[in-house]
Amino acid sequence: MILHTVNKSPYADQTLLSCLRAASEKDTLLLIEDGVYGALKGGEYSALVESAAPRILVLAPDLEARGLLDKLSTTIATVDYAGFVELTVTHDKVVSWF
Amino acid sequence: MIFSLAVYGSPYTYQSSDSAYQFARELLNQGHEIYRIFFYHDGVYNANRLTIPPQDEINISSRWSSFAGENNIELVVCVASALRRGVLDDSESRRYEKDTHNIEQNFTLSGLGQLIDAGIVSDRLVTFGS
Amino acid sequence: MKSFLIITRRSPYGTSYGKEALDAVLMASAFVPVSLLFLDDGVFQIKQHQDADCIEIKDYSPTFAVLEQYDVKNIYVSASSLQHRGLTEKDLVLDVEVISDARIANLLDTNAVVLSF
Repeated sequence: MILHTVNKSPYADQTLLSCLRAASEKDTLLLIEDGVYGALKGGEYSALVESAAPRILVLAPDLEARGLLDKLSTTIATVDYAGFVELTVTHDKVVSWF
Repeated sequence: MIFSLAVYGSPYTYQSSDSAYQFARELLNQGHEIYRIFFYHDGVYNANRLTIPPQDEINISSRWSSFAGENNIELVVCVASALRRGVLDDSESRRYEKDTHNIEQNFTLSGLGQLIDAGIVSDRLVTFGS
Repeated sequence: MKSFLIITRRSPYGTSYGKEALDAVLMASAFVPVSLLFLDDGVFQIKQHQDADCIEIKDYSPTFAVLEQYDVKNIYVSASSLQHRGLTEKDLVLDVEVISDARIANLLDTNAVVLSF
């Protein structure tokens, strides 16, 4: 079980796509920093993210900072930094994509 | 659990050092131990004590320094990355006959082996890239 | 002994990540079993016929050839990264194992520490 983090916007960069190619069903992908742009409702990547094999989560403070709390895809959950830390404990390792 | 962090992003350019700081603070809140925070690539600029942000902005290098001082955390800067980018301690400054040194308090220059060691010793190594 | 996987995902010269990944591989090889994966634009690191002298940057690609002497025996390249970029094994300076996305997922699982650059 791996916790993947992605910190790049899929509108600018292929990092999210690369991560999804390597991530497994049992993994979790946490979108942080500009990675949160991948989880926007009605955005070009929402269908991809909503149907992705790993569980997708978004780091709430990064979403809030960018004024996007009202734009998050309705099927995607958020965590705060406390949740981020807990995810690193409950997964075997962290793989960062940037 | 024992954690180490790796930070690759330059402060004021990338969010990675801010994210790493938030994460590190929360680790301690939850009672985890931080074995080491390793600065590599442009992350070495986090250790530059000569940065002067405007008064209403956070001083990132001194924030790291107080965090490390208060919580007894090792901040290690990759010496090869640092020398290339002009982040020097007193002894490197003398060795290369420079007129000053600029490493912030509580940071130390050391080899890349310290990153590998952090990976070996820690239960989790979390990278904040740029 | 924990095994390390080092992933190099950036092209050469455009950023220093590739060179710094290679430094990390060499360092890790002194302490732990280490595997190296060229992924995404990282595959351009081992493209044949590089000549960085013409942009006055130090050419570090010869170091790849000596990785075996450093006991870095597991060197992998992503098949999909090569294919997306119009490259084949014949374009590469190194004798590497070309692997599928499923195999990459397996490498991420089986190595204790994954460092990405």
